[in-house]
Amino acid sequence: MTPETSAPTLPAPLRRGFAGGYTAQPSTFDEMLDADGSLRPHWRMFVSMLDDLGHDELMRRWEQGRRLIHENGITHNVYGDPKGIDRPWSLDFIPLLLPVDQWSRIDAALIQRARLLDLLLADLYGPARCLAAGLLPRELLYANPGFLRPCHGLAPPRGHWLHLYAADMVRSTDGQFQVLSDRTQAPSGAGYTLENRIVLSRALPTLFRQCHVERLAPFFVALRQTLIELAPANRENPRVVLLTPGPYNETYFEHAYLARYLGYTLVQGNDLTVRDARVFLKTLSGLQRVDVILRRVDDNYCDSLELYAHSHLGVPGLLEAIREGNVSVANALGSGLLQAPAFLPFLPGLCRFFLNEDLDLPSVQTWWCGQPQALQYVLDNLRHLVVKPALPAIGGEPIFGRELSTVDLETLAARIRARPIEFVGQEHVVSCTAPALQNDQVQSRRFVVRSYLAATNGSYTVMPGGLTRITGSTDSLVVSLQKGGGSKDTWILADRPVNDVTLLAPTSQPIELTRGGGDLPSRVADDLYWLGRYVQRAESTVRLARSTLTRLMDPGGIQNRAAVERLIVALLGKPGLLLSEWIEQELIDALFAPHRAGGLTSIVSHVHALASVLRDRISGDAWRILQTIQRDITLFGDNSDRSIGVLEMLDKLVLSFAAFIGLAMDSMTRSQSWRFLDMGHRIERALALSRLIQAMLVGSATEDSPLLEAVLEIADSSLTYRRRYMAHLEVAAVVDLLVADETNPRAVAFQVNAIDEHLASLPRESSHPQRNPDRQSALQLRTKLKLADLRAACASVDGRRTRLDDLLTESIDELAKISESLSHLYFSHASASRKFITARPELKS
Amino acid sequence: MKYTVIHITKYVYGDVVPLGHNLVHLRPRETERQTSHSNQIDIAPLPAARRDRIDFFGNHVTWFSIQEPHNGLNVKSRSEVEVWPFTLPDGVGNGVWELIPEIIANSLDPATLDAGQYTFDSPYIARDTKLADYARSDFPPGRSLLDCVMALTLRIHREFIFDKTATTIGTPILEILQNRRGVCQDFAHLQIGCLRSLGLAARYVSGYLVTRPPQGQPKLAGVDASHAWVSVFFPNHGWIDFDPTNGLIPSDEHITLGWARDYEDIGPVKGVIVGGHRHSVRVSVDVQSPVA
Repeated sequence: MTPETSAPTLPAPLRRGFAGGYTAQPSTFDEMLDADGSLRPHWRMFVSMLDDLGHDELMRRWEQGRRLIHENGITHNVYGDPKGIDRPWSLDFIPLLLPVDQWSRIDAALIQRARLLDLLLADLYGPARCLAAGLLPRELLYANPGFLRPCHGLAPPRGHWLHLYAADMVRSTDGQFQVLSDRTQAPSGAGYTLENRIVLSRALPTLFRQCHVERLAPFFVALRQTLIELAPANRENPRVVLLTPGPYNETYFEHAYLARYLGYTLVQGNDLTVRDARVFLKTLSGLQRVDVILRRVDDNYCDSLELYAHSHLGVPGLLEAIREGNVSVANALGSGLLQAPAFLPFLPGLCRFFLNEDLDLPSVQTWWCGQPQALQYVLDNLRHLVVKPALPAIGGEPIFGRELSTVDLETLAARIRARPIEFVGQEHVVSCTAPALQNDQVQSRRFVVRSYLAATNGSYTVMPGGLTRITGSTDSLVVSLQKGGGSKDTWILADRPVNDVTLLAPTSQPIELTRGGGDLPSRVADDLYWLGRYVQRAESTVRLARSTLTRLMDPGGIQNRAAVERLIVALLGKPGLLLSEWIEQELIDALFAPHRAGGLTSIVSHVHALASVLRDRISGDAWRILQTIQRDITLFGDNSDRSIGVLEMLDKLVLSFAAFIGLAMDSMTRSQSWRFLDMGHRIERALALSRLIQAMLVGSATEDSPLLEAVLEIADSSLTYRRRYMAHLEVAAVVDLLVADETNPRAVAFQVNAIDEHLASLPRESSHPQRNPDRQSALQLRTKLKLADLRAACASVDGRRTRLDDLLTESIDELAKISESLSHLYFSHASASRKFITARPELKS
Repeated sequence: MKYTVIHITKYVYGDVVPLGHNLVHLRPRETERQTSHSNQIDIAPLPAARRDRIDFFGNHVTWFSIQEPHNGLNVKSRSEVEVWPFTLPDGVGNGVWELIPEIIANSLDPATLDAGQYTFDSPYIARDTKLADYARSDFPPGRSLLDCVMALTLRIHREFIFDKTATTIGTPILEILQNRRGVCQDFAHLQIGCLRSLGLAARYVSGYLVTRPPQGQPKLAGVDASHAWVSVFFPNHGWIDFDPTNGLIPSDEHITLGWARDYEDIGPVKGVIVGGHRHSVRVSVDVQSPVA
């Protein structure tokens, strides 16, 4: 036999194992199987290695990957989700595989498309030649809410408007890629793509290497270079910030993640200010010039002076700073214009006009109803089409004709006839299928691939890969993350081994060494301070609860009734009915019932919210501990009988909080961030201890020892005490150790000293203590504690230690004053901008 | 006719404001019938940054920032302007109005293409069948555009009552249509809405009007106000102004500051301040003519 006649059939074993149970949909292009049901060549290596792992090992790795997603806190916010704003990211374990020769054709076509859209933006915000040439209907510009007139005539660096562009592509059932929509404003998902890659390459390291997967890092290196080159001045070391709308945005996780990965400061609009037509970051040490803004805020929301007046997400005056060439924004403001689906039918003509080339990558067939023929076609074929708003800011979900009743179709047709320019009809392209792992079955899913391009050297660089999103079930035809779909990593398979690249590798130019951290935004300082306070509040509450419940649940009966009574007061803020059999349950509910104000659940959710906003500043390990804490508390809170295992739970939490505080503190450089976190932590610790001693020791008791034991235990100072005084418990000695001892890291005095040192090293206009009320308070308290005669203070008169009470009250008051001064001095930037307009013209002659 | 216009805007803030950014349209544009001899805008406190430029619609705009703590803001604009009387272009009254929307929608000649942008919705003005219905009786088939628009201008003047208390800046035009009350800005927005709903191109003109004291009394300073009216596109002839508040075609007693889609694009003074919970504003305008 000659080779020509012996077309090799696939060896049988390849269809067992992983791919064995998989059936592709009939008469549809499938990514993994060809028309005969055999594995496509570029899947063979992947599938055989997956089979070598075996079913159980694969499941184990999958579980590991899912845990990593949870612990890394990869989330995607779903608006209106009753379960809260965070939903864990859903990643399928089977990547989408594409061979490099196939990909390079798409790559070239995507570059052409990006160049076209960039030129189109420059034309529409400039001479609008394509309008005069009759290639684009004027409605697409003048009736388009995305056309921002104040941005007309802006001249972004080197004339480029589009620096990061993404295209959503669907591969139709015949195997051809088509563009479903263009993301020209602030494309999301590049960070999720990166995170998907990290999770998958960690779970399947050998496979990843052997399959020669093209790396993503070079793309981000290129993006970073692009942004640096956008800097109008200070080209050697420009300050680039990532502007986010804030934690309520659905992709906030990604903003924080990208900022950290790219090494940019994550800012919200209020962190920036415009002076002298320049943009500055408000930091603790004053205003710092900003050169480049990578924005995730929609363009119309970026400047309430010239754009949408009621926006609180932007920076008033930003447009003037851009016009003056003092700052660059990526993508340029106004670029959201081209996201309108109405542009799609005109791209082929525009491509010939601007590039003198045919458009290589077709768009999904789209008809803009502003043209009579297209309108007629859409009305005649409504049942088979997808109807979308033609001009984006008008809003509205896509409507699938085939899902509508005859009556609904007529209503829709009437709406389209009334305002035809506001609608497009689009062919409903059902994508081809790809395998996905569902429980332990391999099933087929439809998918959409989002590809990313970064502007580089007058052209574009395509990310080799992208974010693949899949349908939620085999039957579903519509891809939507908001409706339960998932995501996949996208592997472009090279035909030879691929070099490793990391963003941490030295770049061509040495960077300037800096140890400052003086660029800490005031808002971040504020959040760090409160994170410190809430974490410590949680720890104090857990320790107090543990000591209380241990005594209450002591099977030997309540021997130290006075101690337990006072502990309950300290915990609940009011006396409990000690003899009631319900007290135990009441305490546990107060701690763990969801939504109970002041309870552990609510404190921990505060911690979680603050840590979420600070994702770019908290180490991954510390974040994972926090995720574990929150999961434990939520699970425990959901138990019907919470008295079982409550002590073990509290023990575990004591350790977890200690670990979080330790990690968060240790992994931070001794910069201003750390100072604010630590100040919050110390102020809260000093407050909690002062209040505890007040509750426990101000009223004298017949038998002090059980009270003192409990206080020492909660303050974690029993060992130190015993080492000093052996077993002899005395009020003055305990108070000395916990209040005045400057060497005991749990003592009030120790906290106050640390706070005073922090305050002394904060940037401020005048260093004189008298001119700074916070430093005055700290110094006063420090002196007071040093000079206090504790033996006299602990003397009981008429059953009360009044002088001790006074000392502690004063300490609490001064600490509160320090906290207030801090927020006044450093956090008060938050005053929002207000818009005013003049009296209207109202003349009548 | 030569005029001196003094337009003063005074803001008083409830608190000290550390930073304010502002945008003012206070310098008159040059037109075929109007020459701006001089313009000076004085701002107190003195802005740390200030730029003059031309906006998208071709109007003069001044941007400035006050970067020191301040309790208020004074903006005084003084303009010397010369305006010539309006005469109807030859042949503008010919032809029938109903052919014009088609021409505006399809012609690629630069002036008509530019006018096309004033046929769509804008921030304060959305087209609506109710507006088209209101205007329809003045737009019978076969009538010239000039006659139609003049009839509509006169009807708004006749049917609407000038009432400063009836509306605010944010009152929707459909509400104005229903209540038949408002000020010049409302009537201009309403008429533009009617015209655009019929497929015509209409823009908003911001400016001043010479006022005359009652017979035998001296004119008081500062009693004038800023004014607003409408401009309509006539293919092959260009733009012609109409004043629905006074029911007339403006001539040399209307001084133009500039034009745009509606008030949002060309308000005389707008700004953003940081902090400052309350503020009050007083505007005074004085139009003096050497002859009067």
